[in-house]
Amino acid sequence: MTGSLNDPAKSGSVLYEDTLPGACHWSMRMRRGTSLELTDVEGGANIGMLLYNPENLLERYNAPDTLKCQHTFKLTRGNCLYSDMGRIFCSIVEDDVGWHETVCGNTTRAMVQAKWGEKTYQDFRNDWSQNGSDSFLVELAKYGLGKRDMAANLNLFSAVSADEQGKLRFIENNSSAGDSIQLRFEMDTLVLLHTCPHPLNPAPEYPRKPVHYRILRSYPVTEDDFCMNLRAENRRGFMNNTIYHLGACRHD
Amino acid sequence: MIKESRLLAEDARDRQIVPAGDYYMKVVSKGQTVRILDLEGNQAADTLFYNAKDPVERYSAVDTIREQGNVYLTTGTRLMSNENNLMLEIVADTCGRHDTLGGACATESNTVRYALEKKCMHACRNSWMLAVAEHEEFGMSKRDITHNINFFMNVPVTAEGGLTFEDGISAPGKYVEMRAAMDVIVLISNCPQLNNPCNGYNPTPIEVLIWD
Repeated sequence: MTGSLNDPAKSGSVLYEDTLPGACHWSMRMRRGTSLELTDVEGGANIGMLLYNPENLLERYNAPDTLKCQHTFKLTRGNCLYSDMGRIFCSIVEDDVGWHETVCGNTTRAMVQAKWGEKTYQDFRNDWSQNGSDSFLVELAKYGLGKRDMAANLNLFSAVSADEQGKLRFIENNSSAGDSIQLRFEMDTLVLLHTCPHPLNPAPEYPRKPVHYRILRSYPVTEDDFCMNLRAENRRGFMNNTIYHLGACRHD
Repeated sequence: MIKESRLLAEDARDRQIVPAGDYYMKVVSKGQTVRILDLEGNQAADTLFYNAKDPVERYSAVDTIREQGNVYLTTGTRLMSNENNLMLEIVADTCGRHDTLGGACATESNTVRYALEKKCMHACRNSWMLAVAEHEEFGMSKRDITHNINFFMNVPVTAEGGLTFEDGISAPGKYVEMRAAMDVIVLISNCPQLNNPCNGYNPTPIEVLIWD
């Protein structure tokens, strides 16, 4: 295909980019065939993320299904993020970090108060100490969703490991300045995200870490695709997506 | 941690045997104790809890894991809600370890895990859908079906970040017992899974007992 670097139809072209400051939240609809690259600008960022099918908001990211079908506790390149309906919202096609977790949930207002002290909006304006739980509730409400819909979320850039007895350990310095993860969307997806700190982050001060994001035109999924071939389960997940899209316009 | 109960089955105020493939949905009141008994061994009891006064508040796997700093459930585990409130505490456990990472089987997830052709085989989430449909009094729907506990399942996490499915560590007569800290709806799917070696491809009945 010919065209300039900015040709929006060209694989890999950047369609949009922006920076989310730390301690804030946003949501966006990602189209099938686009990718979301997220970059930890300063190191030590955390992104809470939830995924929904905009055609049926009851279909949502399912952490247990995602972990179980890929026999993994951590998420990294090659892993796919599954809905509760056996479909793949997105595949992790690039990852500089190596370990992202999905079992620790969010900070709440009470947790932030107890751990770091509360900075109210009245006193600190947008440098307040926002928490992950309220962030999701605000974004969920924009789509008619609420507490009942808040599934177990992803915490990108953050890692926890478990020892033989199951004891959790927060891995510090898991992500460095400039580290990126890229999510290739395999179906249209409503993405909710916040940049509030991980609930187990032991930092003495409330961490306020920005994240840069770029929306890219995806490269086509080829037969030798790394994510699709990581496990037989992922191949079947991709097949479920193919069935879901039967008759839809061809895209590449 | 293994801990036996002093409660006697004959003193229970309510006893119900739940065959594999069926669901159990009852309210357990604050202060009551509920026991789930693995009658024949290596069965999985996929369990959800809701605040009976307001089911928007429900068991939360992530809040439970984070608050206890441990991925496994056993005696002493405080089962937390999405509002970070204590719902029930595990007060006895003769199995030693229960899973809350692996979720419940669904027809759709079975297509991914096993084969697309298995899509019509009975699954836990179908039992839950029937449960909420048949119990309109609780006002629940698919929105309320969240991430559950798999009592009697053994799903070890490795230090490297792997997740393995080991043979069950349960056996006939093993049980787990919880004391309710609020009035809770107990929703159990007694797992009908026929594709997973964890139950020896042989799903079997459980019994649920409640004491005042």
